[in-house]
Amino acid sequence: MRAARSAALLLLAAAACGCSRVEPWVKPYERENIADPIMAWDRDPVSSSYIRHVYEAREGARGALGASGGGCGCN
Amino acid sequence: MQLIRATIITLALLPLPAAAAVLPDDRADLMYHYYDGGGVTIDGPSVLVRKKFAEKYAASASYYVDMISSASIDVITTASPYTEERTQYGVGFEYLRNKVTYSATFSNSSENDYEADTATLAISQDMFGDLTSVSLFFTRGWDDVTRRGDATFADEIDRRIYGVDISQVATKNMVLGLSYETITEEGFLNNPYRQVRYVDPDAAVGYSFEPERYPRTRTGNALSLRARYFLPYRAAIQGDYRFYTDTWDILAHTAEVSYTHPLDEEWTFDVRYRFYTQDAAEFYSDLFPRSDFQNFLARDKELSAMTSHTLGFGVAYEFKSPRMSFLSRSSLSLRYDRMRFEYDDFRDISTTGFAPGTEPFYSFDADVIRFFFSGWF
Repeated sequence: MRAARSAALLLLAAAACGCSRVEPWVKPYERENIADPIMAWDRDPVSSSYIRHVYEAREGARGALGASGGGCGCN
Repeated sequence: MQLIRATIITLALLPLPAAAAVLPDDRADLMYHYYDGGGVTIDGPSVLVRKKFAEKYAASASYYVDMISSASIDVITTASPYTEERTQYGVGFEYLRNKVTYSATFSNSSENDYEADTATLAISQDMFGDLTSVSLFFTRGWDDVTRRGDATFADEIDRRIYGVDISQVATKNMVLGLSYETITEEGFLNNPYRQVRYVDPDAAVGYSFEPERYPRTRTGNALSLRARYFLPYRAAIQGDYRFYTDTWDILAHTAEVSYTHPLDEEWTFDVRYRFYTQDAAEFYSDLFPRSDFQNFLARDKELSAMTSHTLGFGVAYEFKSPRMSFLSRSSLSLRYDRMRFEYDDFRDISTTGFAPGTEPFYSFDADVIRFFFSGWF
């Protein structure tokens, strides 16, 4: 809870820094490789959310598995 | 029961777009999933459809079924094999405004002895020349727990999850990710059917069983880091690490490496290895010295010290079919995972001829298959 509040404060601080314009060190024309579909964190949200579910039902740890790129909240 | 709670947490942790300034493509997925391991077979369909409107709104709907047939080690030693079905529906809505995406999702999951509603609100923003994407989310879950054959038992779980997720372009070939989450749960957190065992000199086998009893609160914190690197010959390699700890004294490490290799325009191959290890919960024991030994009692193997290994393979074939001209492209994917779970303090009491507490440690292998069709429209 407390940690989550700290994270929110950090985010606000980061957003405030945004006002002072950070020069992107990877230019838009240099992003061809990272824009390649094979570089997506999660190409198939339906498939990866299922496998996470398999682990969470059988292991004690959960959470912090990163963005899955779907915005679907689905399993 | 345990599956449903894991599912609720899993789905609650998902809804963050990796790139906030663009909504995901219109896409439909139809998957068949199959799990077979430790005497448990689970299979069923999963469907997800999402659609954009005016490039700034998106809606999604999902449907998922688990058909479970269980004769697990717990079931064969303390209960009777059973079959059951779990069904889950989900809906989601996203709104993109400049570089900020707002999203809301809701899902319902139901089984004959468990009902769960989960709602999530999330906000994502691209910043620093779109090199950084930051997402925050909050999830609230409400579960109703009942017990088959016992109309007098009913209890609840209240769940809150706070999360932050950062994706950072580090170089023109590397992306970094960091996630942090706090999960708090309050209510009936154990399984109403599961038993613990204790030394009982009066029993023929030397031990007896009694219901397990957990604390009514649990707070866990998870922090993960990941890096994905684009290799010069057009392939990708990724490393992931997660640290987890909670108020039940479980401390866990998860590490994974994966490799993606496209071949021509049509084929994509994946291979991965995942390792997981955890300590036991403070109130866990395979064999308690006597009945009612302490306030809290657990013999759920998920709370035992354990390790797991996974070796996974995947292949996807992308195509365009004239028969499905309404789809801009389609793909068929098959993923197979071989898992091994090894317990350091959970003994296999289905074996005979051993004194209580000297039985061999339990372990099992599982085969997991995902076969799915994806269509973009």
